[in-house]
Amino acid sequence: METILFYVLAVVTLLSAVFVIFLRRPIHNVLFMILTMIGLATLFILLHAEFIAMVQIIVYAGAVMVLFLFVIMLLNLEEIDLPREPRPLRWGFGVILSLALVVMLFPVFKSIAPIITGVSQNGDLAAASNLDLIAKELFTTYLLPFEIASFLLLAAIIGTVVIGRKLTKS
Amino acid sequence: MVTLEHYLVLSALLFALGIAGVMLRRNLIVILMSLELMMNAVNLSFVAFSRYLGSIEGQIFVLFVMVVAAAEVAVGLAIAVAVFKQRGTININDISLLKW
Repeated sequence: METILFYVLAVVTLLSAVFVIFLRRPIHNVLFMILTMIGLATLFILLHAEFIAMVQIIVYAGAVMVLFLFVIMLLNLEEIDLPREPRPLRWGFGVILSLALVVMLFPVFKSIAPIITGVSQNGDLAAASNLDLIAKELFTTYLLPFEIASFLLLAAIIGTVVIGRKLTKS
Repeated sequence: MVTLEHYLVLSALLFALGIAGVMLRRNLIVILMSLELMMNAVNLSFVAFSRYLGSIEGQIFVLFVMVVAAAEVAVGLAIAVAVFKQRGTININDISLLKW
């Protein structure tokens, strides 16, 4: 059952990722990106990472993709001419390069995967909810990175406002 | 039985698709989306390792990756809007001012 579910989700996620890359209209790209995010969130649930899955749906499918949609509608990309897509030569080149990346990655998996066999039966993680475990780690061991992350978000907010404001002669 | 290798292969394929998007597309917004795709691929392998190694660190790292991704998208889209206001295009072939 789990195997079937994994393959179905993997196919859905990969297909919608392909559509994200190869469809021409940005609005279709965004919609298929949302499908990819939801597929990944279900994969996270399959991996017993429910909290991450919910954050994935709320932050990515909810906030980030809505931001993309807003910008696409703001720029009205359907009206202006869409950017010219590159020549077939460059398409072939890009596809070959990314396939080469996959081929280079596979030996790494071959060396990693045999070491780790089967799901770890760690008592903490096997518990019903990993949310309190995440919270405990996040606010003790990883407290400093957590604070730095909040600073990063603050910097991003200020940067966005500064970049996005209307230029006025001061 | 779904093994760790399954998830790693899926993650690698998603990452390669993201790379392909960055290399192939000329639309700045689609390139940002491909970056998101790559980060999600990495998140998937983080969570898979977290599950198969029995350690929670992978999921915590995913949270930080999401923070960085959100910040990157916000600033990147603001830059895209600013560039569009100035140049009237988001084709990256036309925005090569800083290119040597």
